[in-house]
Amino acid sequence: MAATAAPPAARPVAPVGERVWRRFTAGQRLARFAVYLVIVAAIVVSIQSVEIIPEFLYDAPEQMVDLFSRMWPMDWAHYPDTVHDALIETIHIASLGTLLSLVMAMPVGILAAHNLVPSTPLNLLAKLILVSSRSVNSLVWALLFVGIFGPGALAGTLAIAFRSIGFVGKLFGEALEEAQPGPIEALTAAGAPWISRMTFGYWPQVKPAFWSIALFRWDINVRESAVLGLVGAGGIGMALDSALNLFQWERVAVILAAIFAVVIIAELIVTQVRKRVL
Amino acid sequence: MTDPSAASLPTEPFPRSVWPRVAAIALVGYVIYACAQLDVSPARVETGLENAWRFFSRLFPPNFARWELLAKGLKESLEIAVLASALGIVLALPIGLVAARNLMPAWATWPARLIIVAARSFHPVIVAIVFVKAVGFGALAGILALTVASIGFIGKLFTEAIEEISLKQVEAIRATGAPFASVLAFGVLPQVFSRFIGFATYQLDSNLRNSTMVGIVGAGGIGGTLFAAFQRFDYDFVCAILIAIITLIMIGEVLATGVRAIFIGNATLADLLRRGGTAPRERHLEDD
Amino acid sequence: MLSLKHLSKSYVTGKPVLTDVNVDVAAQGITAIIGASGTGKSTLIRCVNRLVDPTSGEILFDGADLAKLSGRPLRHARRHIGMVFQEYNLVERLTVMENLLSGRLGYVSPWRAWRRKFPPDDIRRAYELLDVVGLSGYAHRRADALSGGQRQRVGIARAVMQEPKLLLADEPTSSLDPKTSVEIMELLAEVARSRNIPVLINMHDVELAKRFADRVIGMASGRIVFDGPPSELTDAMLTTIYGGEGWLQ
Repeated sequence: MAATAAPPAARPVAPVGERVWRRFTAGQRLARFAVYLVIVAAIVVSIQSVEIIPEFLYDAPEQMVDLFSRMWPMDWAHYPDTVHDALIETIHIASLGTLLSLVMAMPVGILAAHNLVPSTPLNLLAKLILVSSRSVNSLVWALLFVGIFGPGALAGTLAIAFRSIGFVGKLFGEALEEAQPGPIEALTAAGAPWISRMTFGYWPQVKPAFWSIALFRWDINVRESAVLGLVGAGGIGMALDSALNLFQWERVAVILAAIFAVVIIAELIVTQVRKRVL
Repeated sequence: MTDPSAASLPTEPFPRSVWPRVAAIALVGYVIYACAQLDVSPARVETGLENAWRFFSRLFPPNFARWELLAKGLKESLEIAVLASALGIVLALPIGLVAARNLMPAWATWPARLIIVAARSFHPVIVAIVFVKAVGFGALAGILALTVASIGFIGKLFTEAIEEISLKQVEAIRATGAPFASVLAFGVLPQVFSRFIGFATYQLDSNLRNSTMVGIVGAGGIGGTLFAAFQRFDYDFVCAILIAIITLIMIGEVLATGVRAIFIGNATLADLLRRGGTAPRERHLEDD
Repeated sequence: MLSLKHLSKSYVTGKPVLTDVNVDVAAQGITAIIGASGTGKSTLIRCVNRLVDPTSGEILFDGADLAKLSGRPLRHARRHIGMVFQEYNLVERLTVMENLLSGRLGYVSPWRAWRRKFPPDDIRRAYELLDVVGLSGYAHRRADALSGGQRQRVGIARAVMQEPKLLLADEPTSSLDPKTSVEIMELLAEVARSRNIPVLINMHDVELAKRFADRVIGMASGRIVFDGPPSELTDAMLTTIYGGEGWLQ
């Protein structure tokens, strides 16, 4: 159980005779000052060394107006032939990818939870897997899988799955670590083997959290899947990529509108399911 | 109490609801259907796995020969993340405050909430594409795109934090005759500060992750280098870049934990070294 | 000290919560307001320091009509009125010391308050008050780590830190157990008497009111129906105030 209070020895002590009050000890103030310093330094250094061409910045409003004027009127006729199928494919990628990630993330999440698997090296290994999965963007995962499996929805699905392992595994591991030890203790005292302790002790406690995490990730994955096609991994992103390459801005607009609509629908579905089931 | 006769004993000690079973069957059915739609067959997977083996052998060992290019790209990604986070926080705080329904009137909260929702609705990559068109290739597009994403995330969470404060504490501070700024400083801020630190550090990490990717569409950072290396089949360089990215992000997470320990847990620098930076966390945050 | 003249308040037009309330509070002593729930006791107290705005009437305090003030003059007036709340209303995440010092926020610029640079006199007084309320050594505890009785002591200390000319208390013991309630009332009475600060206190416990108050004001349906020393508070009077015989048993 992590300590939440300030460390015991760190109370500022009022010298007898003169009552002085300090909000933080010297050590705490030093630490806070150090953080402020690093933040300011980082911002200053970044501003100085980042390459920004001022002319482009001043040009920006004009360019944006130009962009929106090219996008209007939107090319709705384009929708039925290409966009619709690609949208459906995107949803499949998101759904299959999420399901696959659930299967893969559960063992890793269990390995990362110290109260289930008391071996610290295994915990660290699992946490390393989870961090790596989360550090690599789904777009980059998609690049990798396109390299392996060739362009198409398979690469996209695996990219979504591998990226989601980190998310699901981390939250799942946290839910496991927060499970109440009482019921587990009772089962252990009754002589239940590890598997039974899992299914009867932990699973009922984490089940609602698990499905909530799954739903949350599916929602995010719908958004992610839409752009994977930019690197060739299937879904609506591929239509977007071709339209962008050909500067067909009216089609780009339709595709963006379609993506937006799908994201909204996914959010609505998630909200409804949460209300009724969770 | 009625006398329980034999007829009223339940035969099924663990009556199971029908719905989970139906849902499970539907799920399996969907998986088969979707796989067929996506042309995912065992044969394809098998060929893929053979490919994978060859692919991985070309990944390793990672090739750091062009480390200057790598460092330059990473530095730019870092700059994008830092500036986008700073700008995003500075813009999101007032917008989030105005969007708080318990402090502000409706004509103010609606536009602010609309801005926040709009900022969240689009994937950072899509926003980056639009900004590349508007301000050209390079880091500026990336910074602007991630600033929009930051406003969406921090604005939403900041508004939620403010809407959950206890107004009783604010009332007491008002009753002492304190000016408005002091009421904010003593009544509102202490209640939201630790949550703010939590999601601000999370957004910094998130921007770091995203800044490594917006380069793929030309918005600056290591993403561009990565994409180029991919297209040239320099897979060993790709591996080096990936390792660098993962390391950078892990360092970022460690630093974020340290910042949370200092501001929420009141740690000193000595504490951080001793404890290894376990920090109390208000809520579990994952958003992307 | 404080004069309420023809004070009325309606949250919803046509349904007045306070009707033509006239009270003069002297410069010393404890005045308790009793009455059933919903008779406007809390509204009355909150009208005094304008946490609630009256619909009509005058609130004469220290030479000014509080009902007509706003902005800075109102804030300056509030500095002289300390308030103790039923649910303590401490800033939970701040320490006891910071909560005490927040009583001085009306006197310190926001910038200095933000940096926690309070005058040394305030700090000295804060430590003294901590001793008076029996919380020596608690200066660095977070407010949410305290028990209910301890929190109310901090609440009292915070109000006294303002060096007020009047103390308001809105059911200060309603969230406390009987023993702690008596302790808090004893503390409040002791602090008020030793510093010569008049107290206007809202109470739901009639016995406590009779025990500690110098003067009792009974309210029913938004009007004052009794005003006199506790000795004159007969059972018949209590029935008028609270209505119904049953509860007296």
